[in-house]
This record gives sequence, C-alpha cells and structure tokens, in this order.
Amino acid sequence: MSGMGGEVRPPRGAGRLFAAPASDLTSHLATFGPVPDGPAASHLLDELQASGLQGRGGAAFPAWRKFAAAGSGRDPRSRGGAAVVVANGAEGEPRSAKDATLLRAAPHLVIDGLLLAGRTIGARELYLVTTAASLPYVARAIAERTDATAIRLREVPEAFLSGEASAVISSLEGGPALPRDKSRRLSSSGLAGRPTLLNNVETLAQVALIARFGAEWFRRLGTEEEPGTRLVTVSGSDLAPTVREVVGGMTVAAIVRAAGGSTDTLGAVLVGGYHGAWLPAERLDTPLTGHDLAPFGAAPGAGILVLLESASCGLKASAAIAGYLAAQSARQCGPCANGLPRMAEVLEKLAGGSRDTALPAEIRRLAALVTGRGSCHHPDGTTRLVLSALTVFSAEVKAHLAGGCLADRRARAGVAA
Amino acid sequence: MNEALWALGRGTGVVALLLLTVSVVLGIVTRSGRPLLGLPRFSVTLVHRNSSLLASVFLVIHIVSLFFDSYAQLRVVDFFVPFLGAAKPFWLGLGTLALDLMLAIIVTSLLRRWIGRRVFRVVHWFTYALWPVALAHSIGNGSDGTSVWFLALALASVVLVAVAVAWRVSANFIEFGNARKGETR
Amino acid sequence: MSRERRPAATLHIDWTLCDGRGLCTELLPERLARDEWGYPLARDGSGGDVPLAASQLEAARDAVALCPRLALTLRKD
Ligand code: SF4
Ligand code: SF4
Repeated sequence: MSGMGGEVRPPRGAGRLFAAPASDLTSHLATFGPVPDGPAASHLLDELQASGLQGRGGAAFPAWRKFAAAGSGRDPRSRGGAAVVVANGAEGEPRSAKDATLLRAAPHLVIDGLLLAGRTIGARELYLVTTAASLPYVARAIAERTDATAIRLREVPEAFLSGEASAVISSLEGGPALPRDKSRRLSSSGLAGRPTLLNNVETLAQVALIARFGAEWFRRLGTEEEPGTRLVTVSGSDLAPTVREVVGGMTVAAIVRAAGGSTDTLGAVLVGGYHGAWLPAERLDTPLTGHDLAPFGAAPGAGILVLLESASCGLKASAAIAGYLAAQSARQCGPCANGLPRMAEVLEKLAGGSRDTALPAEIRRLAALVTGRGSCHHPDGTTRLVLSALTVFSAEVKAHLAGGCLADRRARAGVAA
Repeated sequence: MNEALWALGRGTGVVALLLLTVSVVLGIVTRSGRPLLGLPRFSVTLVHRNSSLLASVFLVIHIVSLFFDSYAQLRVVDFFVPFLGAAKPFWLGLGTLALDLMLAIIVTSLLRRWIGRRVFRVVHWFTYALWPVALAHSIGNGSDGTSVWFLALALASVVLVAVAVAWRVSANFIEFGNARKGETR
Repeated sequence: MSRERRPAATLHIDWTLCDGRGLCTELLPERLARDEWGYPLARDGSGGDVPLAASQLEAARDAVALCPRLALTLRKD
C-alpha cells in the first residue's frame, strides 16, 4: 500500500482536508499517502500537543488532552475495561454542514484519524456515528479498505441535541439520543462504563494529517492561537449553506467573502451557530479566534456563521432561533423544559412589537434563572444567544419599545431607493 | 396458648392493614410533592417509608403466629403460593398474594439505589393491587372480618384511599403543575 | 470573609431525574430555594453542583436518602 510512487508531498495551500481530487481510496492515498504505522502512541500525542489542535465539535478542548485522558489507566477514576473511540459526525446544528461535507468528500481522512486514535489509546472498539444521509458515503469508504473492518457505523437521528457527547453515548448504548447527567466523565466512564474518547470527525481528520506531516507542518498556516485550517459553514441572507476550509485566524468578513457572501448589506453575523453570539456589522473585521471573539461572548465553536441582512430584524431572527431551541429542549430537566419556552416567549413578545418596558429585564431574569441548571449546555447556549441579541441589537430593543422597528425602516428605505 | 396466638394473629393483621393504608395515602401525598397539614415534605416521605416497614413487621408477626396456630392449618407453601390453603383457600390465597406483592415492593424499595428507578417504579405501582387485595383478605378471611367495628374501619380506609386516588388522577395533583407548562413527561 | 473555607462537599443535582418535589429545599433552606416551577435553586447561583459547609453535611445526607427521585449525590472533593 505504501508504494504509491514515491513520497507524497504534504498539501501546501489552505485546501488540506479537501486536497484530494476525489473521495475514493486511490485518490486519497495518492494525495496523502498511507497512514504512517511507525510512530509510537506517545509520539502522536506529542505531535498533537505541539500542533495545538483543538476539538472542532464546538467545545475547543485541546485534542491531545482528551486523547491522554482516555488513554488506559491514566484516569484514576476509570472503572477500566477496553477503551472505546467514537467519531462524532452527528452534527445536530441545522446551520452546520461541514461534517456531512467532510464525510462525503474525505471519508478516508476521518477513518484514518479514527484508526489512529484507536491505536494511540489502545481501544478495542471503534464507532463512527452520523446521520442517515451521510452513512452511505462512509460505508462505501470503509468497504474500499481492509484495515477498517473494526469500525462500527451507527446512525443517529437528526436533532439539535443528538450530537451532544453524552447523547451520542446514550444512543450507542441503545437508549434515546438525549443528553445525560454529567457526574461522570466520558474519559473514565463513557460507553458501557468504559474509558471513551469522543471526537468530532473534523478533529479526527486533522489528526490524520498531523500524524502524517507533523505539528510543524500543521502550524505553517494559521496563528499561534488558531493553528492550521478549520472548516466553516456560512449560510443565511440568500446564501445556501456553504462549507469552506479556511486558515485559522481569518476575519469573519474574509470568511463570509470566501464563502461567496457579501458583507455590504449585513446587519450582523451569528458566530458559533444557534448556541453562539451575534457580531455586529461594524465588527466583522474580528478574527475567528476564541480570544478575539470573547468580548462578544462568542467562540469559533463548530465554525458556523449565520448572516443577517441589515433589513432583517435581529430581534425577530433571535426570537425565531430561541423558539426553535426551546422546542429542541430534551425536556428532561425542569429549569430547561420550563425556562427556555418562557424565555423564548418573552423575546418573541418583544420582537413582535409589544411596548412593555419590563420585557428586557424579564428576559435577563429568566436567562440567569436557567443558566447552569441543566444536564447539558443547552440552557447556557440558548441564554448566550438571547443575551447577545439584547446587547448587539440594543438600539432595536429601544425602537421596539418605542413602537417601531429599525430593520423595517431600513427595508423600506432600501425599497424606496 | 392457641387462643393467644389466634388473638395475636388477628390483632397484628388488623394493625398491618391500617399501617398499609397510612402508607398508601402518604405515598400519594409524597408523589404530589406537597406538605401535609403542616408536616413538611421530607417528614411525609419518612412516615410513608416507616409505616410500610412497620406494616411488614406486623405482617411477619401475623403470619408466624398463625403458622403456629393449629386452627389456621397453614403450611409453608401457603405463604408463597396462593390458593392452595386447606381452609378458605380463596380468601387465604388473597392474603398470600398480598404478602408476595408486599415482599416485592419492600425489597425493590430497599434496593432502589442499585436496581434502578424503573424497576422500583413499576413494582411500586403494584401497591394499587396490593392494598385492595389485602383488604379483601382481611374481610373474607379474618374472624373479625364481618364485625361491625371492623367493617366501619375498613369503610373509613376505603374512603381515605379512594379520595387520595381520586386526587392523584385529578388535574391539580402535582404542586406547581400549573406553572410547568413546558413539560411533557 | 477571609475565614471562608473550601466547601466540605458538593451536592450534585441530576437535573434529568429531579422532579422538583422540594424535599431537599426543605432540608437545606440556607443553600437551596425553589424556582417558580418548584425546582431547587442554589442561592449562590452554583447551578447543579452546590457547595456545602461542614455543618450542612448532615442535612444533605438526609436529602440524598430522602429524595424520591434519587436525583441527589454527595461528593466529597
Ligand atoms: S438541559 Fe435541557 S436539553 Fe439539556 S438534557 Fe436537560 S432538558 Fe435536555
Ligand atoms: S428532593 Fe430530589 S426531586 Fe425533590 S427537588 Fe430535591 S432533587 Fe429534586
């Protein structure tokens, strides 16, 4: 397998994950070469640490630490048993398409990463979970190779929360794809109580590249804080969900343009998806890094950008999302099941033109009430979006309470012009 | 001697039934999440648990004393397998059935931390079968079963449990039930 | 304030199990209030992991034992 006509050269441009011209095994091997089977487990861990790769599922946890924690015997609380690796391609977020795109265009990189992760932590079982739509692409790729027979493919339903780590584990155990209580860590007690390493599929694909070309190569692109490349999905304002591989540290405006969008008429961009925060139009020069986005309460997350035209009302858009999120609550936890619908309802009132000046304070009170009081981050994420709307669209809030709507006015001015 | 055993068996049976009634009613109150007449919620739960434990102690004395009583003609098998009894097999069988249910409920309650909530909950539902069966047994089998004072006591218990059950299935049962609009479970 | 010690333990609420029956709030009133739906609300805003002082351990143990939904666990860190 390794004799594919000499040395392969590492991809040089920003098109790393999508460097192969086609998704089949031959193209994959011709582009990237075989997975090096030499490096000892600790060597890959060292490379991962040096690379600074962070999880690409949203939490941005350093990849090497997760690997190290799940490595057998490293966690004193572990109940033992053979370790498990799960590649998470559930992608419940409706505005994200990067995992599905990756699994379709470069399934072999994900499979390589999964096999490498399994080898590194000494796992006996390997799973790849994704939605029904993406399953066939992965199944075809697995059938193309001889070294991936150990991988078990599992389907998860398409729902906002089904990609949440504990929900994935629950569904793998035959339970509902709903989040669980977090009193035990996956790294020590995950699937069936065994040490479990769960990674987003993009993270694993990046691992497959780092194992081949090294940390130094990985860091050749991007910034100190945001090394390498990352996948983003840009959508909204007439732009169909567009997936791009971008260099770490690019500004939001540059990413929007790279995806074929225009920043001219934008009012704001929602960064990080439905659990994210709004970035006002005048700040689109902010780089997509944790540090730069922190003042807005946002984070790169899973690389999701949602565009909002200045002629669209940010409060109405936020209320619609909050309503969706409230409906997606798994209704397992009282404060989430009761608080999110209530919060969405009050925001909807404000967006709908109610002039009750007590509404913003009531939203803030409910937000504080539900934060931290659920088994998953759904209340916290929903709160982040809602509070960010009140801050970024504060002028709009004032206009609504005065009986108007700035976006409406802009839209009418646009039509008149 | 026999007289004493007989009296003991009768008395403990009646007390066990009354304690069971208390436990059932307080169990329903516990489920509602409400305090009872100034008794805080945790006390309601405590009394619920303790009255059922006490009921089982009386039940054991009831059974053991009647086992040694020659008139009742009980064999060991009658404790566990219903409807095989020599005297009044049907009414005795109900008692056996009640004992079996009681055993299942008590054991799953004591072990609920280990067997999981679902088993605990399903088995706990058997209480709604246990209580009427035990009552029927006491009326049909008991030597006081048809005496006026006992029937009055039984009637009062029935009313109490019936009211509690009616409240249980009513819309306003759960505390905060009206505020919890978002919940579907 | 300088004598504020590390918590003796934390009371973890499993929100997927808690049904807001309010026993724990009765037993630990200085730590827990109830929200408008009846669910326990940590007075210090600590969410689902409520730090406890040594003097509250006894009551917390009772709450763990009496919670009808087995939603509480006591963790000594
Ligand atoms: S916090 Fe909400 S979404 Fe998360 S598990 Fe609880 S009920 Fe479900
Ligand atoms: S006692 Fe248990 S069910 Fe009741 S409020 Fe406390 S944690 Fe929730």
